[in-house]
Amino acid sequence: MDRIIKLLFFALLVKPVVLLLLGLNIRGRNNLPKKGPAIVIANHNSHLDTLVLLSLFPLSQIHRVRPVAAADYFLQNGGLLAWIALKCIGIIPLDRSGGADREVLFSGCNRALENNEILVLFPEGSRGRPEQMSRLKKGVYFLIKERPEVPVIPVMLHGLGRSLPKGEALFVPFNCDVVIGENLTERDSAAGFINSAGACFKELSEYCLTLNHRE
Amino acid sequence: MLGIPLHSFYLIVLVLILLICGSLIRYRLEQSNPEKDYTELRERIQSWWVMVGLLFAALLFSQTLAIVFFGFLSFLALKEFLSIVPTRQTDRRVIFWAYLSIPIQYYWVSIGWYGMFIIFIPVYIFLLLPIRMVLLGETKGFIRSAGILHWATMLTVFAFSHIAYLLVLPVKNEMAGYIGPVLFLLFMTQFNDVCQYIWGKKLGRHRIIPKVSPNKTWEGFLGGVATITLVAAITGPLLTPLLWWQGMLAGMLISVSGFFGDLVISSVKRDLQIKDTGNLIPGHGGILDRMDSLIFTAPLFFHFLYYSHY
Repeated sequence: MDRIIKLLFFALLVKPVVLLLLGLNIRGRNNLPKKGPAIVIANHNSHLDTLVLLSLFPLSQIHRVRPVAAADYFLQNGGLLAWIALKCIGIIPLDRSGGADREVLFSGCNRALENNEILVLFPEGSRGRPEQMSRLKKGVYFLIKERPEVPVIPVMLHGLGRSLPKGEALFVPFNCDVVIGENLTERDSAAGFINSAGACFKELSEYCLTLNHRE
Repeated sequence: MLGIPLHSFYLIVLVLILLICGSLIRYRLEQSNPEKDYTELRERIQSWWVMVGLLFAALLFSQTLAIVFFGFLSFLALKEFLSIVPTRQTDRRVIFWAYLSIPIQYYWVSIGWYGMFIIFIPVYIFLLLPIRMVLLGETKGFIRSAGILHWATMLTVFAFSHIAYLLVLPVKNEMAGYIGPVLFLLFMTQFNDVCQYIWGKKLGRHRIIPKVSPNKTWEGFLGGVATITLVAAITGPLLTPLLWWQGMLAGMLISVSGFFGDLVISSVKRDLQIKDTGNLIPGHGGILDRMDSLIFTAPLFFHFLYYSHY
């Protein structure tokens, strides 16, 4: 049942909106993981990020793609937002309060990877200021430390922070860049992984058409 | 034929034959040089099939659908333009209003209100956008943003909407019907791109403006102008109310202005240091890469036709 709700949500609402109102400049589409377990990491500027990333996957695979999202933001107040997050998008809630033990914290993510699902993570932790990248957090590293075979695919998004930035309700159409990179293989230490991911995002941003390269 | 006025029907058949020839040539090339990569050529031709198919479907289905279709192209072009040029984060609220001008402008077209169609963007939107900007209260970068937004709206909405207005002009050539002038404009503009390219490829030696585009030569330009002028002398009277010599003038106008439209969008891309304006159309780039010459030919051809026959 949940699978059908998610399928309809993406087939009838998200995909048409992303295709017609938004418009994507996609690069490196072949780098996208075709099956799980895999992890997609992206920079985070807008609520649209998750929807755009999920819309890249074929409808037949979409139920296997699970965004990791803040439990406090999406679930705390219940209601429509929580229903959409859980049923239509299928998030894995993550406790950001800092109280939980790491083992417990990542249990949802670990279970998803064991079920051959594709995780979507935003290592910046929060949407932050429009179109600016903040420091990457180390959480992803602890997920992949024990799983060298799981690919980590970086995706650079640009332009969505203009369409729907944090704290704004007015959606304004813009073309957005989606640049998909190759598997991150530098995994010897948390710092090394974070640095290589950061460098990779910087490199991918060179391919963004909507980024002004002269400034 | 099939309820399509005869001359327009012939042009549609001609375009389909050209497309089939293109596909056959590509197939032959792939067969004779299996080691070469023809992906881009294949994508290019496939995209032409899709574009031509959508255009003919919209034009032949109904006048209203055709107007909506061109309005949607305006939207895609404006969106693409505003996505690549630098704008301020605060401008998104002004940009929202710029988008709203599209349905309104095409509504004036659909009811055939020429007076409003011709002043709505140069007067009302021209004044509305800076008013909205003032209300936002951000003065840093004000001049640059105002300039960018106005220019974008003029190019992609005002200039382009002239194609749609051709559809609602009273039919004066029964053999061509209301789609005749649009088919003439679109065919001559795209054929001009092809002719200038081929003449330039065959004979091109003297560059015109190497800083903007190294591929544009005097030989290509003049060859294109001559070809289009001659072809328009024949197709003009068939598809539009124009007489043969008026057709020649229209052809010359389309050829020269198409050349500059192409170069203007090229200059925009050079300034932004990008190669394509988007990747909506596989093998072609963005929608502006395809519409560049049309933005200049549409209003100029329209006003030439309007002045001479309406």
